[in-house]
Amino acid sequence: MPIDTERRIVTARLRERPDDSWTIEAATASGAYETLRAVLAKGDPADVQEQVKVSGLRGRGGANFATGQKWSFLPADLFPRYLVVNGDEGEPSTFKDRMLVERDPHQLIEGIIISAYAIQCNKAFVYLRGEFALGYDRLTQALDDARARGFLGPNILGSGFDLEIVVHRGAGAYICGEETALIESLEGERGMPRLKPPFPAIAGLYAKPTVVNNVETLSTVPHIVKMGGAAYAEIGVNKSTGTRIVAISGHVKKPGNYEIEFGCTFRDVIYGFAGGIRDGHRLKFFLPGGASFQWLVDRDEHLDAIYDIDFVQQNLGTTLGSGAVMVFDDSTDPLLVAWRLAKFYAHESCGKCTPCREGTGWIEKVLYRMSHGLGRPEDLDLLISVGAGISPNVATAPFTQTTLCPLGPSVVSPIASLDKYFRDEIAERLVTSSGART
Amino acid sequence: MSFFTEANRQRAKEIVARYPRAKSAILPLAHLAQDQSGWLSNEAMDEIAELADVTPAEVQGTCSFYTMFKRHPCGKLVVSVCTNVTCLVTGGPEILEHLEAHYATDPEVTVEEVECLAACGGAPSMQVNYEFHEKLTRESAQQVVEEYRTGTRQPRTISGSVQ
Repeated sequence: MPIDTERRIVTARLRERPDDSWTIEAATASGAYETLRAVLAKGDPADVQEQVKVSGLRGRGGANFATGQKWSFLPADLFPRYLVVNGDEGEPSTFKDRMLVERDPHQLIEGIIISAYAIQCNKAFVYLRGEFALGYDRLTQALDDARARGFLGPNILGSGFDLEIVVHRGAGAYICGEETALIESLEGERGMPRLKPPFPAIAGLYAKPTVVNNVETLSTVPHIVKMGGAAYAEIGVNKSTGTRIVAISGHVKKPGNYEIEFGCTFRDVIYGFAGGIRDGHRLKFFLPGGASFQWLVDRDEHLDAIYDIDFVQQNLGTTLGSGAVMVFDDSTDPLLVAWRLAKFYAHESCGKCTPCREGTGWIEKVLYRMSHGLGRPEDLDLLISVGAGISPNVATAPFTQTTLCPLGPSVVSPIASLDKYFRDEIAERLVTSSGART
Repeated sequence: MSFFTEANRQRAKEIVARYPRAKSAILPLAHLAQDQSGWLSNEAMDEIAELADVTPAEVQGTCSFYTMFKRHPCGKLVVSVCTNVTCLVTGGPEILEHLEAHYATDPEVTVEEVECLAACGGAPSMQVNYEFHEKLTRESAQQVVEEYRTGTRQPRTISGSVQ
């Protein structure tokens, strides 16, 4: 039997109190801000950093980079410094941060305060996706309530530690989820990624040392500090410690957010948690980590792969990304899905780097004709050729790039997937469609 | 002549004060302008420039990058229908086509195609003035829009603020 039981850490409160989990009354009744109180009473920011490092927590935004290590890149004794929360959730099929902001804002705020204390910063910004109107309302209300109770502002709980949190709404640009584009946007600019180095830890917001962390990452921090980094590291598998929220969507019986412990399999995710494929259909392919990475198909070696960040990256040539799994059954045309993804990247390309600005548009046009009965037999190879201009090693896309950020290379992932799994199916169709044209 | 009302000009100054640099306030000020007038006019951007201590061209340069800023007058209801992949295979494009046709000549309703709204668990989904609506059909989507039109539901502003 596939595993279908959640291990609820960051989703515990919002599942236990579905009707009022976002209110300060519900949050404090279930322990919110108690860890903060304990941290401030102990007065040891370095210990908080150490617990997060020991926990093995990896960023839940998509890059899976070790959070403790990211914090450690801040230069010592250089102030002011900023903590920026990435709540610009826009990766297609990812809908976990929206849930965390709307339904447990106090958990996020407590995570921000504890993390800011750990890195000794006095001003934090939450960059919230512009479309999240309800999330903005709930988060600003929660901040007001936290401030009124002394959890936020000057001299928090009499500790001498000051922190102000500003919520900054985006305005509809996927690229602002990329951390340097996010910083540009927060500075009032067009959201265009910066050349790295310098990395934000050295010169980020207003050219000051800056840490950018995802909503789910920071929402996890209070739990790590409460249970201890070592205890958190016991959960999960290998270097994929703890739990993560997997957002499952598409042709499954029970789409939704599930908090799972690392170490299960994709079979558990699709057939356990999500209840399997809708009746009368079979699995055709699935996107294991958001829209930007290569696809997997209905094969035992894919379904039985361990849900472990490094295992998937080393053995399957794709990643767990933002934790979103999109499932498509045998009624789905993979060319149509690839075209729609390309349309997304073409629309969201910021235009700064030529290979992405030009390439995404051309790829969208070619995929459009292929998926709408006008394809030519040479089109798949044409796509690979154009794709190589953005992600030179197409087979490993999006991990090589001619651009500043991974947006452009991400459009090559569907192309590589079509080439790997659907070349024969496509060839057959393109011969037919080109034959029909003549 | 000031674009912002007196009350909003006061709010605008409070927004600017949140940031170490005034230019950071461009996005929130543009949202505030849309809350006030239903779109983002040149007059609004001129005043934002003054408040953010930059040139009007810089404000326009920033604002023209972001799809939520409407630089032409639009309907009081902005209906944003997702057609990205999960919605693509669950009926999003059919809902978009239906609503576009139904409201084609209605100046009160602006129907637009948008990218993933982070509501894939309830696909197909849409927003009306940034309020989420999920698990839709063509009929239920139209009914939701009608409920806003007839006042059964209270819409947010076209920038998503409670009014």
